[in-house]
Amino acid sequence: MKVTINGTAHELPSGATVTQAVQRLTGARSGVAVAVNDEVVSRSSWDSTALVEADRVEVLTAVQGG
Amino acid sequence: MDDDLTIGGEKFSSRLIMGTGGAPSLEILEQALAVSGTELTTVAMRRLDPSAPGSVLDVLRRRGIKVLPNTAGCFTAGEAVLTARLAREALETDWVKLEVISDERTLLPDPIETFDAAERLVADGFVVLPYIGDDPALARRLEQAGCAAVMPLGAPIGSGLGIRNPHNIELIVESAKVPVILDAGIGTASDAALAMELGCDAVLLATAVTRAQRPDLMAQAMRSAVVAGRQARLAGRIPRRRYAEASSPMNP
Repeated sequence: MKVTINGTAHELPSGATVTQAVQRLTGARSGVAVAVNDEVVSRSSWDSTALVEADRVEVLTAVQGG
Repeated sequence: MDDDLTIGGEKFSSRLIMGTGGAPSLEILEQALAVSGTELTTVAMRRLDPSAPGSVLDVLRRRGIKVLPNTAGCFTAGEAVLTARLAREALETDWVKLEVISDERTLLPDPIETFDAAERLVADGFVVLPYIGDDPALARRLEQAGCAAVMPLGAPIGSGLGIRNPHNIELIVESAKVPVILDAGIGTASDAALAMELGCDAVLLATAVTRAQRPDLMAQAMRSAVVAGRQARLAGRIPRRRYAEASSPMNP
């Protein structure tokens, strides 16, 4: 299935979880946060949250600013 | 002198809050933050870039500085609330510098969206520090809404224009029962000192240090200026007079 991760299309196996989407970008689990279709998915739910076709996944972290 | 700043029940001995934007490198940023003596520093939330070298979070952690995520780049209350929730998840803090801007040319804060977001974030358990214009009425309303501080601007972000309306800053200080943090517009040390002399509880600045020719030296200057301004405020300045008052005896 196709999902969008940080604005880029990715092909993931059907039933893939948020954890698998995050791993496309980073192995880190701390210091990052995830929203799927503009809803925050808490870290403790990454492994149990399955994505579906066309989901928009945003993986954010802190950068210099302000 | 024991003169701690208390925000949201947490004490800070430094009244200089730093931003991290604009530094030419993480090394220069880390040096400037260390010299500034800051204990609270802002970061922004952005899409993770796997190729980015180093992390500003590592710098703050190494220096024992509390992280204050902001919602920079948000134009609506909805975007700001989502960004704050993501920051809480990523950084494990419920503190947020709420920043909702109205347009990209001035980066001035949008008061309507800011107030809406503040109410929603306070209800969601956040310690909310909103960036606002120098508007005493809005500052009062945000305090009543449960914000932990108010952060009026001196001048637009990054402009270095100093404090354009000192009178309004004084009005905000006079009625506020939460800390007033002068945020944005600081260009040089005298601007930071003035903010403290006007009665602000702290100063937040970034560009003035990070884009200075020597960031470490400017960080030192800002640290000294905030301390000097605070001391002058506590000391109580003399009244202004139209004519001279002799400081030496006039009799022969």
